[in-house]
Formats: sequence, structure tokens, C-alpha cells
Amino acid sequence: MGSPPPTRGRGHHLILNASGCLDALAAPHVARQLDAFVTKTVTPLPREGNEPVRIAESDVGMLNSIGLANPGIEAFMADVLPRLGELDVPIWVSVGGSAARDYADLCGLLDERDDVAALELNVSCPNVAAPEDEIAEIVAAARAATTKPLYAKLSPALPDIAAAAASAAAAGADGLSLVNTVRGLALDAGLQPVLSTTTGGLSGPALRPVALAAVHAAYPVVELPIVGMGGIETGRHALEFLAAGASTCALGTVLFRDPEAPARVRAELESEAAELRFRTPLAARGAAHRRDGEEPLLAVA
Amino acid sequence: MWKRESLSVVAVEPVGPYVLLRMRRGGVDPGRPGQFFMLAPPGRVLPRPMSLCLAPPGELGFLIDPVGPGTLALAALVPGERVFVLGPLGNGFCLHVERPVLLAGGVGIAPFPYLSEQLGGPPAILGFRSAHHAEAAELVPHAEVVIDPVLPTDVLPRNRDVFACGPEPFLWAVAAHAPEAQLAWEAPMACGYGACHGCAVEIGGAYRRLCIDGPVLQLAA
Repeated sequence: MGSPPPTRGRGHHLILNASGCLDALAAPHVARQLDAFVTKTVTPLPREGNEPVRIAESDVGMLNSIGLANPGIEAFMADVLPRLGELDVPIWVSVGGSAARDYADLCGLLDERDDVAALELNVSCPNVAAPEDEIAEIVAAARAATTKPLYAKLSPALPDIAAAAASAAAAGADGLSLVNTVRGLALDAGLQPVLSTTTGGLSGPALRPVALAAVHAAYPVVELPIVGMGGIETGRHALEFLAAGASTCALGTVLFRDPEAPARVRAELESEAAELRFRTPLAARGAAHRRDGEEPLLAVA
Repeated sequence: MWKRESLSVVAVEPVGPYVLLRMRRGGVDPGRPGQFFMLAPPGRVLPRPMSLCLAPPGELGFLIDPVGPGTLALAALVPGERVFVLGPLGNGFCLHVERPVLLAGGVGIAPFPYLSEQLGGPPAILGFRSAHHAEAAELVPHAEVVIDPVLPTDVLPRNRDVFACGPEPFLWAVAAHAPEAQLAWEAPMACGYGACHGCAVEIGGAYRRLCIDGPVLQLAA
């Protein structure tokens, strides 16, 4: 079912980072634990990012309002991408803009670079998320600009994530990234918003069931690889995302607490999958959609 | 190079309203004064940045101001409990100066016991909001204590190599008096190693990530 996720010398891309949750140049040994590194979202022009305060912790998650701080596509391609290439880890580039044309331009520029393994369309930043019809327009515009594997990263706040997934697939997406953060609010001791932008994107454990439901809803309606993410902290969590329908797992907030999480989660995932008698972790893909005794829905690796 | 290790708590000692969290050092390098560590409080999603306060043989000591859920959880640890510690992180103080003086505001005193030891016990001016808070001054030798409304900058001698740590308005005030001061900044921080972009502080018209560009910065540098 569906085309396999991109590979480049390492086989299947099973464990990634979530975009914006790792700087591979600041921590190359963390990036090297991954099957591929996903960049922070790159926009047409440089962005300084939002005023502090940019992060807050809740009891069950984390809020961020970084504001897509990035050097812009020109400096990214000239200065950042060549240095990322030296890490010997496949690179997925996340791109973002304010109109379909922006995404097309960014994808067109990156299409020429051999050091880019895949592109992820960030159409779901919690404060600027695109509506469903716009997602299809953005994916179609990007599709026309590149032949590279193209992933649409969707928001869990979409009213019908399965419909949005189907529409991204129909517009030419090669895969889906599910999910981005969802808007949340944290108040300080004096009952004022902690973040300078009032609200921010909620990630971490609180997002996990929401993300799992999104993956579970999208899996039966699209014949595409799915990068599942949202609060994955352990191998068991990763296995649940595979069972719900993900073919790849991405780690986000957990990286802040544990830079060794990619290697740890990979080892735990292998052992959890083996304990449940799956030949490989990927063999568990879709298991949550099967009834006891039924044949697997998918022919898996 | 930083590393992450689960370290066991040796003692949690009250120091005025603060607590000194003493942990076994394990294989973790104490680093240079001004560098910091991420401590993962039990039950919290994110670790907390703490500069190293003391580095006696075999131990790492952190001065904690228990004011929020993370620092309260750290202050509630008991001997024998284990906590993940990541570090040393960031850029510490440059110690090659001739006439050092240490200036702290409140819990900004945290990196100074270790710094003072490395510098051979230079004079220090420590500002606190109350006499109870000022009990922490016992951790730093040769310290002059001032209490609000007197500020450390009110009694700062001229022509000194200033090391300062404290809240942001305090650091800006120090910089106004001593533009070449080495300032140890603090900000909310999720990771400590450049990943989250949460600890950005606007300095010189641009945002700097304190975790990898700081936390010690010189405005005049």
C-alpha cells in the first residue's frame, strides 16, 4: 500500500525528529542517531522569531511560540544546507510560507539540491494554520515545483483530518506528517499569559492521544507513508503510532529532556515489537485496524 | 563535551529561602564557572537550567530557588533519589582578569561560590530582597551584602573586572555602570543545547540563544 518513504543509504526512515525540535549543527551527535534529520521550517525571508517569553511548561505538555525563527531560504541554502550535508544524515527540509506561491518557490529552489532527501510542507503552524482547501492548493503548487518526496504536515485542529489527508493525497503529496502542535494557553501565578503571543503550540504527552487519533483516522483513507508524531517518549509510544498507521515516528519535545531519546526509543521499539511477535517494528503498521484473527490490512516490510 | 547521566542526591540543605542540592558527580564534568546543567525534576515535562554552584570533590552542588513546579520538585528530592543531569552546557566566565569583583542579584549568586573558588576569593557584592534571602551570602567569601532598596550597583567600585549574575533588569543596570562586565543571563529554557530556540534574549538588536551563545555574554565584546 503506497510508495515507501524515501531512503538514502540507511534503509527505511523509521525515527526522525519533529521539525523545530533539534538543531543538527549545534548537536550533530544527536542528529546522527536519527534515520533522517528534519530542519526547522525555512521561510522565503529571514525571521527573527517572536519576542520572549517563547516557551512554557504545563503539567502535561509544553507550549511554544518561537515564531518560525530561521535565516530565510537564501542563507539556508548558502550557509546551512552545505554544513548539514557534512553530517552524513539524510536531510528533510521543512518549508513554510504565507501563500501557495511561497511553497512552490521554496520547493523549486530545493528541488535542485541533491543533499535534500525530502520536503515537508508546514501548513499547520498553530497560529497560521491553513484551512483545508488551501492545503490542497499549497500541495498542488509544491508538487508542480518538485519531484522530491513531498510530505504535508497537518494540524490536529482540522475539523476532519481524514478529509484533509485525502485532499493532500489527491493534490500530489507523497506522504503525511501527523501532527503539528495544537494551540494552547498557559497562565502565570498572576493569571497573565506566560507567552508573549498569548497562545502557543502545545506538544508533549498531552498531544499524544490527539496525534494517535489523527494517524488512526488518516491511515485507512490514504495509501501513503505517514510520519506519526506528538508526545512520543518511549518505544511503546512509537509502536502505538505504527499500529495506528504511521510508517515513521518523529520525536519532538522528548528531545529537550533527553538528547539520547532517538537511540533509546529505537532500542525500546525493537524490543517492544519483538515482545508482541512482530518480525520488525514496521510489521506492526496498521495493527490497531485489524480484528483478532484477521489478516493484516497491509503487506508490510 | 556535555553528557547526560542519572545522578543520586547526596543532600538537600536549606540556605535561607533557597536549597542547596548536592549530588554525586558520577562521570559528569563540572565544567567552568558560569556553565550550566539541565536537571530533570521528577514528574515534569521539561528539565530546568541550573548553573553550577559548588564543585567539591565527587559532587556537584546547585542552588535552587523553589518558586515554581520544577524547582519545588527539585527542592523536594531526598537523599538517594536519582535525577538526570545534562551538562556542562553553554559558555562560562573568562577567568583571565586582573581585578575581579562579583555582583549578584538574588539567586544570581548561584554560580559565584564556584567562581569565587576558581578566582581565589575576590570581593563580592551581593544584593538581596530581605535578610532571610541574604543568608545565602554565607556561600561566598569576602562578600558585602546589600538589601533592597540598596542595589549592588550603588556600591560598585570603579575600574574593576565585573562578573554579574541576576535578573535581566539587574544585568542591564550593571552593564550601564560597567559595559565590559561579564554578564550571566537567564531565561526559560527547554533543552539547554540549542534545539528549542526558547531561551532567546534580544541583545544588540538580534536574538541570541542563551544556551549556546551564552549564558555568559559581554555586551561590549
